[in-house]
Amino acid sequence: MRLKLLGALGMAVLLAACSGDNTDKGATTGTGAAAQSTGVTPGSEADLVANVGDRVFFELNKNNLSTEAQATLDRQAAWLAKYPQVTIQVAGNCDDRGTEEYNIALGERRANAARDYLVAKGVAASRITTISYGKDRPTATGDDEQSWAQNRNAITSVR
Amino acid sequence: MRPSDMPLISDADASLLATALGRRGLIGAGIAGGILASPLAALAQGAPGAAEITVDQARSEPIPIVIPALGGDFGQQVSEVVSADLGNCGLFRPIAGSLPVGMPDFATYKSLGARALVSGTASSSGGALRVEFRLWDVLTGTQIQGTAYTAAAADVRKIAHIIADVIYERMLGEKGYFNTRIAYIARSGPRAHQTTRLAIMDQDGANSHYLSGGQWLTLTPRFSPANDQLAFMSYANNRPRVYMLNLATGRQQLLGDFEGISFAPRFAPDGRSVVLSATRGGGSDIFTVDLVTRAKRQLTSSGAIDTSPCYSPDGSQVVFNSDRGGTPQLYIMSAGGGGARRISYGSGTYGSPVWSPRGDVIAFTRIANGSFSLGVMAPDGTGERIMTQGFTVESPSFCPNGRVIAFCRQTAAGAGGAGFSSGISTIDITGFHERAIPVGGASDPAWSPLNG
Repeated sequence: MRLKLLGALGMAVLLAACSGDNTDKGATTGTGAAAQSTGVTPGSEADLVANVGDRVFFELNKNNLSTEAQATLDRQAAWLAKYPQVTIQVAGNCDDRGTEEYNIALGERRANAARDYLVAKGVAASRITTISYGKDRPTATGDDEQSWAQNRNAITSVR
Repeated sequence: MRPSDMPLISDADASLLATALGRRGLIGAGIAGGILASPLAALAQGAPGAAEITVDQARSEPIPIVIPALGGDFGQQVSEVVSADLGNCGLFRPIAGSLPVGMPDFATYKSLGARALVSGTASSSGGALRVEFRLWDVLTGTQIQGTAYTAAAADVRKIAHIIADVIYERMLGEKGYFNTRIAYIARSGPRAHQTTRLAIMDQDGANSHYLSGGQWLTLTPRFSPANDQLAFMSYANNRPRVYMLNLATGRQQLLGDFEGISFAPRFAPDGRSVVLSATRGGGSDIFTVDLVTRAKRQLTSSGAIDTSPCYSPDGSQVVFNSDRGGTPQLYIMSAGGGGARRISYGSGTYGSPVWSPRGDVIAFTRIANGSFSLGVMAPDGTGERIMTQGFTVESPSFCPNGRVIAFCRQTAAGAGGAGFSSGISTIDITGFHERAIPVGGASDPAWSPLNG
């Protein structure tokens, strides 16, 4: 529940960012809760965030998929099978305890791990693109173990 | 024979003389970047030059130098820029004092504890500026240097930096680095989504301006050896790749054709190619791209992350970052690829290696227990020494003479990103005299070669 809320919050931030709106601080837990409680369009980004889980988390300097991460990706694969018109981007991210350049490669490694798992579960590779933001797009903006754990992730979004 | 006794001579003769005179050689005659420099006749005759002071000596005892406001309508400004350059490098101690008229009264300046003295004028006429500058050895009462510069008035800071470089070189026997720029990434906005712009400034933080608009995440500018281009990484159109920017024309172009993300560019010392890395599967490989033919050459294919390549100044070797052994460490290989050997063995992980232009050390970032350090080590991995530490200190970049490093220092963020800051600082490679460059939110400094 907590992770889902954070996920929704993170996505709101990302969406605000994509629209070139720099007022992402306005995204509050209230916004996230609203996305969950109100009806969302099936097959949409909001649906993915609220009902499937849009992200998986990694250990420090690792790209192994935990049991929990695999469960999330299983749900994503099933959801993608349900909405075959949807194409996705998987974005890898890192905490800020690595160098800028190394983290770009590490984030891509994480995005690839999630992508490869989805492909193994039957999602066409042509429906998935990957990108890495290294340590430059943190979801949690604090600098503590909890924030870093949130920021070591691969986030799936609808293209 | 004192260089300043000589009449105006040609550039070719000047460089021959400079060689013949050794490291205390002639500086001054010539044209660079629209600035004309010519020697001034000496007011004091036939005495020996300043006794040599080494950089090591100046670190422990900065050279006391009187830098009065020069005469003329630009005199104050020139003095301020020269004083700031010399004071900020940590090797000089500027002293206020009165401007001498004609031959200085050296006893007065000696009583101030000064070792050297600057005099001269900086006057504009129309849009043109003429700066006459003399450097005096207070102890021997002789003129060390006398040069007149003519240029556009808009170049006043540049002339002041050139004068500071001349003083540095005449007093310390090594080239200065004040007439240089630093390319960087300007950062603004919330921690979760910083607006990043390619930007450039003089090394002292003046004349900063943006080179890109901030729509896309932009990182890691790197100067070409000819000082005319930047290689950098941009997420333009959500395709993170390496681009080149021509600083004169503003023309921007994609560099190379890679399936994955291309990043971490650095020019070869001869300027003919760029070395970079490109992601593939779970790792990244190192390539060179020829800037004329655009031909790619793959240097590594370990399957691990190989990135942050940087050439030795002679172009024969490449230091890079790799986790092929399990954790990110520093490796050196031949410039053709192959023969990679690990050089970092301290506790923690290592990254962002950069080879000193002097060739003798490699600067790096080391991360241990959640905290960052900046250090240097010899290319064989011995003599590791930490310069500075902090929550985040990374992206070292050497000034042209290898004596100072610019780097990015970031503070930890509290809840909601509060308290986060990212800025550029400089530090002497001995770990002495760290100071922030006053340019605001910034990261990824790239120190230029000496400007023309």
